[in-house]
Formats: sequence, C-alpha cells, structure tokens
Amino acid sequence: MGKSLTMLQAITEAMNQKLDQDDRVMILGEDIGVNGGVFRSTEGLYEKYGKDRVVDTPLAESGIIGSAIGLSLNGMLPIVEIQFLAFIYPGFEQLVSHAARMRYRTRGQFSVPLVIRTPYGAGIRGPELHSESVETFFAHTPGLKVVAPSNPYDAKGLLISAIEDPDPVIFLEPTKLYRAFKEQVPEEMYRIPIGQAKVVQEGSDLTIFAWGAMLREALNAAKKIEKEKGWKCEVVDLRTLYPLDRDTIVQSIKKTGRALIVHEAHKTAGLGAEIISIINDEALIYLKAPIKRVTGFDVPVPPFSIEDHYLPTVERVKQGIVETISF
Amino acid sequence: MEKTGNPIMKAHSNGDEPEMYRVLTPDGEFMETIDEKIDKSLMLKMYESMLLLRTFDRKSVNLQRQGRMGTYAPFEGQEAAQVGSALALSAGDWMFPTYRDHGAAIIHGQELYRVFLYWMAHLEGSVCPEGKRILPPSVPIATQMVHAVGTAWASKLKGEENVSIAYFGDGATSEGDFHEALNFAGVYKTPTIFFCQNNGYAISVPFEKQSASKTISQRASAYDIHGVRVDGNDVIAVWLTVKAAVERALKGDGPTLIEAITFRYGAHTTADNPNIYRNQDEISAFWRENRDPITRLKKFLCKEGHWNEEQEEKIIKQFNEQIEAHLQKAEAYPKSDPLEMFNHVYAGESWHLKEQQQELRQILKKGVRK
Repeated sequence: MGKSLTMLQAITEAMNQKLDQDDRVMILGEDIGVNGGVFRSTEGLYEKYGKDRVVDTPLAESGIIGSAIGLSLNGMLPIVEIQFLAFIYPGFEQLVSHAARMRYRTRGQFSVPLVIRTPYGAGIRGPELHSESVETFFAHTPGLKVVAPSNPYDAKGLLISAIEDPDPVIFLEPTKLYRAFKEQVPEEMYRIPIGQAKVVQEGSDLTIFAWGAMLREALNAAKKIEKEKGWKCEVVDLRTLYPLDRDTIVQSIKKTGRALIVHEAHKTAGLGAEIISIINDEALIYLKAPIKRVTGFDVPVPPFSIEDHYLPTVERVKQGIVETISF
Repeated sequence: MEKTGNPIMKAHSNGDEPEMYRVLTPDGEFMETIDEKIDKSLMLKMYESMLLLRTFDRKSVNLQRQGRMGTYAPFEGQEAAQVGSALALSAGDWMFPTYRDHGAAIIHGQELYRVFLYWMAHLEGSVCPEGKRILPPSVPIATQMVHAVGTAWASKLKGEENVSIAYFGDGATSEGDFHEALNFAGVYKTPTIFFCQNNGYAISVPFEKQSASKTISQRASAYDIHGVRVDGNDVIAVWLTVKAAVERALKGDGPTLIEAITFRYGAHTTADNPNIYRNQDEISAFWRENRDPITRLKKFLCKEGHWNEEQEEKIIKQFNEQIEAHLQKAEAYPKSDPLEMFNHVYAGESWHLKEQQQELRQILKKGVRK
C-alpha cells in the first residue's frame, strides 16, 4: 500500500516513523519545533514527540552540530536540520574536524552516527545564500557520506538508511523538488542502500549522470532529443555522492560509450570531474567522445532575477548531448 | 621588542586583581577549616598525583628532545588544576580534554603508555581503556566544549547520573564555540562543567590582548549559569569547586563555568620559544618560587607530619619506574601499520579505501617505502 506524497511529505514520514520506532532518534534545528520547519518538513512532529525529541535550538549551527556530536557519542541518534545549506558553514569545523574523524581517531571506540539534513540548490527564487550546491565540500571529506535524492520514493528510503547508518551522513534535499510533484510512496519503512545509483531510463547512445534537482533537466532533455533526433539517452540518478556507485557508472559507459554530466554545482572541482576520472580509470577505451559537463558556472550563485541563467537548462543539456554525439 | 605579562596573577585578568577562591595559601596554610570536606588520604592522593604528572611531563619533554617523541605540549605548573578537577569526577563521567590536558586524562584513567603513543603519533594513541569516556584531545580550540554539552544532554535525557567536563584555556574563550556551548548548556541545563585553565597566555597572546573582560568566570552571568574563579594552583580549592559543580549538575541545577588561574612554566609546545613573547625566566621563576601547586601542598603535608623527604624520594623513584615501564611498553608497541590508516574511516568498507589500501600494500611489498 502506498500514498501519494511530495518529497517533503516523504521526508517527514521517514522521520516520523523513525521517531516512533526508536527512542534514540531526535531532531534538532532552528524553527523545527512549534513552527514545523521553514519548509514544514517537521510539521506535526513536535506535537507528537514533544520538545525533548523535536528540539527548537538556539540559532547557532556549530552549537547544533557540535552538541549533536555529543548526543550521538552518548547513544542518541540525532537528525540535525540546517535551514539552508549555505548556513552550515559555522558548523563546518564540527563536521570536518570532529564528526568525520571521531571513529578514525579512536579506532572505532567512539563513533558519531548522525544525519545532517539540509535543503540545497537554486531555482526557488530565494534570497542570497539560499541556493548553493556545495556537495563537493562534504564529498571531499573522508568520514562523511553524502546523499542527494531526486524524488519522494528515494527520499524516504534513503533518509531511513541515513538515520540507521553508523556514520555521519549529509542528506541534501533539493529545495526545488520539495513540492514539485507527488509520487506513490509505500507506507511501510523501507531502505534504499547508500552508495547505489539508479538507472532511471535505459538508453544506448549516451549516458547522462545527474542528481537532485538536475535529474528532471536530464530526463526532459533526453525526451526532447529522442523526439528530435531519435537518439536514446540513458539517465543515471547517482543518489549517493559519496561513496559514488562506480559499478553503475562504468557499466553504463560500457553500454553507451558517451557521457554527459549535469550538476548545478560550480564546474571547477565539482563532482563531475570525479565521475570523469572514474570513467577515465575504468572505461576509457569504451569512450567514443570526450565527456562533457553541463554545470553551474564558476561564479557565486547570482541573485534570483538571473539564477535561471546560472543553472543548467534543458536547452544547455540538449546542446551538450548534440555536441557529444556528433563529435 | 614588546614583551607582555606581569609576573603576578594580574597577567590573567584586566583591571585590579579580581578575587578568587583559595583555601590553601602558597605558604601551605589553610584559610578555612576544611577537615569535614577532605581527608588526609585524599590530600596525599592529590599530592602524589601531581608528582606523578610532573615527573611524566618532564620525561615527555626530554623524550621529545631526544627525538623519541614528536612535538609535545607540556603542562608543568598546571598540575593542581588537572588533578583537582579530574579527582572530583566519577569513573563514568565524560571528559573532553585538549592537547595540554593529558594530565587530567591520566588521572581520569587514561594509561601512560597511551599518552606516549599519542605524542609518538601512533594511530592508536587516542584509544582509552574500555568503558572509559575519555575523548581524544581536541586540537581545534573550544570545539570540544559543545560536545560536552551534547553528552551531558544525552545523560540527562537518559536519566544517567553522569556529568561531562570540557577542558579549555583562556584563548578558547574568544572562540564562537565557547559562547555557543555556554548558551546551549544554559538553555538545556545540561550537567556540563566548563573547566578553563587560565594560564595567562594563548601561545604568545596574554589575556589583556585576548579580552576586555575583567575575568573569564564573569561571563557565566551573561548566560545565567554558575561561574567560579578559583586559584588553579590550589589543588584543594580546585577539587572543592569541581565537586560542588558536579553536585549542582547532578541535582539538575545545570552547568558551571570554572576559571582556574594557573601558569604553564614552559613553552606552548616543544616547538615554541616563550622568550620571544614574555620574560620567560623571570615570570617562570616567580611562579615556581611563589605559586607552585606541588610545593604548596607539600609545605602543609610536611608541617602536619603527613609527608617527608624520604617518602618523596621513594615515590619519585617508583613513579620513574612506572613511567619507564610505560615508555618501554609504548616503544615496544607494534608500530602503526600504514595499511591500518584505511580502517575505521567508516564502519563498513568502501571501494575507494579498499583499492587505495591495496595500492599501498603493493608499494610496501616492493619495498619502495619502508
């Protein structure tokens, strides 16, 4: 049995079920209690589980993440909501210097199972610093895992896996997709393993790799290209950004021989470069054309009046497909 | 060149010398009757603990000089603060030390050979005895303070009778995490003890340049938590202060900020030269001669007939043997296996680490690196 849910509702449901099932689970964040979160992702949970488990914290990201580290050291399973990804920086040191290293430094004696949930990405007409996509910072940090779902079904299954994961997980929620569409989501708890990409559309001429909000751009471009040119693109949703699912990436390239990577993060040192590197290492001889990246530009995410020109568009993705296939 | 610091307690605060809690004068005289609060055997334990730590600390500096250990952060001069605070804890309490607080960690149950291993840069140098809650030293400044809020918060939620103590220095009080920790602890009334060893210097910067606050303990009032300023070289005053903070925390009355006034006799680390930023010989001599935490208690114990030179010689010999045995254990400990660096990054395996480990294994097999 399932229900038709938005991604936001699927995320709320995952947290609700874990709070219900496991006393150790608690949520901490700014405005997440009485207010139910600025996007309403914790709506109803404060009323149901009380102020000790759905905690309205002071406005201090380092304090939130740092105390969550302490809570998890001492047996709790905190889910931290950071209001927007670009507000995480005061807590960045806590993540990098402590959460990511605790297991390593103590040779497994102490560990920090916690989840940092945060909306990320542009296209929502947000004010400054409400639209960043800096997943690279976290994927570059040994000890962290990074997840970015693109639909309600994956969001629920991945969040449950993240909460149950023994290590710290950065859970990036594409703001633009929070209420973009609904989808059937099973009522029971289910898990989508961290580290597994998904082939969402089979194809033979080129593989598009994308995640988060960019998956829709990728699928729309693939549909249009097929109509216009008859080319069949395979579309892979990476879902987990660290560790990357190398097998799925490589298998797809062996099949299509061409790749296009779409991400809204800045181009330089973005994860696209890492995916190219994986293909270089594992499947270079299968390539029929250089791999192309369609990404956000190497500029600060601009004010929303021109943000659509910063983001990869269906047109830019299509152009990338054409250039790669007709190389 | 400007050298800062006044060789008296004033270097630790701004304005006139503020009051601090003290029970034992530098001459070894008690300022109040404390018979009911502390017995002779505990005083002897404090004294012996301080002697052990000083012997250990000096040995460690020598080992660094001999090239048998890496850069080391000495704590000589701060023994009373570390012993007095650690002895006031229960076995299950959470301890968050910095890199200068291995003295406190040792008193709370960390083993000497582990501390050696840490400074020898062994991969297993931060492991503590099974069941103990002694976290690895925090290297970034003040960040561990919020962890001690979190563990204490969890203890409170679970109804467990444990406190969490965070150690930090005067420099840490300028960091944002100092503020965030005190504020969170105040809001959630966590059983946390914030134990500041104000030794007057954050490496080279004296307190007068660190803050315009007259004292550190006064900051507590801004968060409406309890704050105490104590003579950090008076081991009994420190113990009584921390003991009271523990009781307050376990009663549900929340956190305490303790400012313990002390002084590090030596350098910030073995890589530091304090002559550059303070009149090291003069200021260090002043503290050694007039404020030493060990001498102070010794004067009292000897006067009362609880201690004599013969006992002292005997116990130092015993400590030297104990430290030597731990040093041998550390030096004989199997060296860090380079291949082990890939383990415990995550609980499970990842293809990256597996392959990179294999890559290094092949290199090691060829003998390219030894």
